[in-house]
Amino acid sequence: MIESILFVFENMPLLLKGALVAVELTVLSILLGMVVGLLVAILRLYGPKYVKKLMKIYEWVLRGLPILVILFIIYFGFPSLGVNIPAFISAVLGLGLRSSAYQAQIYRGAIQSIGVEQVEAGLSIGMNRAKTMLYVIVPQAIRLSLPGFTNEFTIVLKDSPLAYALGIAELLKQGRNIIVTSFRPFTIYLTCAIIYFLLFHFFYYLFRKIAEVYEVPGYIMSKKS
Amino acid sequence: MEFFGVFAEYIPVFLEGLWLTIQLTLISAVVGFFIAVPLVLSVLYGNKFFESIAKGFISVVRGTPLLVQLFFVYYGLPAAGLNLTPFQAALIGFILNSAAYQAEYMKGGFLSLTTEQMDAAYSIGLNKWESIRYIIFPQAFRFSIPALSNEMIYLIKYTSIAYIIQVEELFAQAKYFASDTFYHLEIFLLVGVVYLILVYGVTFTSDWLEEKLQIPGFDVSHLK
Amino acid sequence: MSLLQLKNIKKSFGSNKVLDGVSFGVDKGDVIVIIGPSGTGKSTLLRCVNMLAPPDSGQVIVDGTDLTQKGVNLSNERQKIGMVFQHFALFTHLRAIDNVAIGLKKVRNMKEKEAHEKAIYELERVGLADHKDKYPAELSGGQKQRVGIARALAMDPLLMLFDEPTSALDPELIGEVLTVMKNLAEEGMTMLCVTHEMGFAKSVSNEIIFMEKGNIVEMGPPKKMFENPENERTQSFLHKISELYGGE
Repeated sequence: MIESILFVFENMPLLLKGALVAVELTVLSILLGMVVGLLVAILRLYGPKYVKKLMKIYEWVLRGLPILVILFIIYFGFPSLGVNIPAFISAVLGLGLRSSAYQAQIYRGAIQSIGVEQVEAGLSIGMNRAKTMLYVIVPQAIRLSLPGFTNEFTIVLKDSPLAYALGIAELLKQGRNIIVTSFRPFTIYLTCAIIYFLLFHFFYYLFRKIAEVYEVPGYIMSKKS
Repeated sequence: MEFFGVFAEYIPVFLEGLWLTIQLTLISAVVGFFIAVPLVLSVLYGNKFFESIAKGFISVVRGTPLLVQLFFVYYGLPAAGLNLTPFQAALIGFILNSAAYQAEYMKGGFLSLTTEQMDAAYSIGLNKWESIRYIIFPQAFRFSIPALSNEMIYLIKYTSIAYIIQVEELFAQAKYFASDTFYHLEIFLLVGVVYLILVYGVTFTSDWLEEKLQIPGFDVSHLK
Repeated sequence: MSLLQLKNIKKSFGSNKVLDGVSFGVDKGDVIVIIGPSGTGKSTLLRCVNMLAPPDSGQVIVDGTDLTQKGVNLSNERQKIGMVFQHFALFTHLRAIDNVAIGLKKVRNMKEKEAHEKAIYELERVGLADHKDKYPAELSGGQKQRVGIARALAMDPLLMLFDEPTSALDPELIGEVLTVMKNLAEEGMTMLCVTHEMGFAKSVSNEIIFMEKGNIVEMGPPKKMFENPENERTQSFLHKISELYGGE
């Protein structure tokens, strides 16, 4: 037991390096997903008819495909079109675009759940559409999206080890490298699981704290889902 | 196209892969469901001991990546003396994973009914287990249709991960095919279409079932 | 000159003709109550006045400006027309004081301090200065609606629109809102109200308009409308509504 703990500590720097890659992968993918997702949500709500349809298909396809298929099309498939994308960027693109389809749904749902009367009320006191959007809809939409966003963040975090399949040196890959020389898969994978568990709860806690800061009565956002 | 000529020869192995994917999905969803029921009952109605075991299990599974769970089962357990074939390891991993997610999902359904419905059941003289059996369960069952279909969709997509531990399911076949023939883009687009058909097939079937089993005033569409 | 002139307002939603040529005028200081069965376009009519639902044809002339003309700055014109909503439509993410002040800050570009002072004054008018720091979810329905009224008043409107302001309230909370409305009327505010509160219509309004199926059936002073209506339909509607709402 003590020997196992020492063994884990010895290899901790490598594992933490992998964990850092996992976090980078997650954060970059989520940011990409946020930018694209917001755009898709807005186009699907306010765009011309054919654009709405196009965005619907975009969401539909990306939500229906296994993330591995998306990653492999980008990393192994695109080169035959002459597009070579490095593994790490491929992983961010794959995880990020897939996430954009889910984030688009979260933002669209949030905007839609804010009643028409809120817009009417904004207009009725003399705000124009842009101000109504900025001061009435957006602050509420952000609050309404936060629980879904938190959930989406943890999903991307939990899918980030699939970058392993593209040969990226994230946590699991580092773990595997250690196992090749030490033959201690049980201890190493258990440690990986614990690190992910801690990361999961760290981010979960972080977003709950953010939610609590911006919480107002009537929008309970920090409740554990 | 040349690709389809080459692909035609591989159709039998792809069908085998597809069959493995379907098996993994169905078995994991159904067995997971039957494990999820006692889990959720332990969380909601069990004593402290069962409650904390169930909660701990759900929290660990939901807090760690599926791939780590599979690696742990496939590579980790043999080191502890338990040898498994890739398929067995994948099945165990998916079943446990699915049980935890389904339990968490059902909890939402149960919670949306319990208090008032339980009070009403007690008020006509049913005891705790009778109330759960006759009042809560028949209603919760209807919640479980969208739950099960959500879970199947999740599993169809995520069973592809099993290729990493050498299970020869649909995605693994595509991978082998790609390394044999170098038709990377074509084959992954093609299996992508197959996954879309499987995923949306389940969606449409469950929507149809839901409509069939609908009781007036019992709307489950918000659970999707 | 009338403060508000509606001329031959028509409005359809798809094939559903909601307003079929409505015309009337509102003078400064008027308190006009619009009554009629549900689905007859009363709420739509109010939304035509401030162009939240622009009419398909007809004119809406507020203080000399025809709002249906192109090039009219609607945001400026809407400040002259306060609106109180059936379901309050308070900005859920803002405290009572900020609900009242946000228009002053973002539309009038008032300084924070100045806007808050004015907001507190308006909250005092509706008897809620003590509750200024509460969020909408912490207020009762009646209090929410009074904040809604204060929010509209803050823009110093020439005319106030009330869209069934008490119909979403529990019976015991209706009184506090009606009292605020009555005080406003006594201060000389021009008001156009859609409501089923017959007591309020009788004692506060100087004109009642009875609408049905997108048309004005009959209009006149309350005394005449209640005691001596010309139209049979007016009579039967008032009879039914009095039974329901107990207007004496």
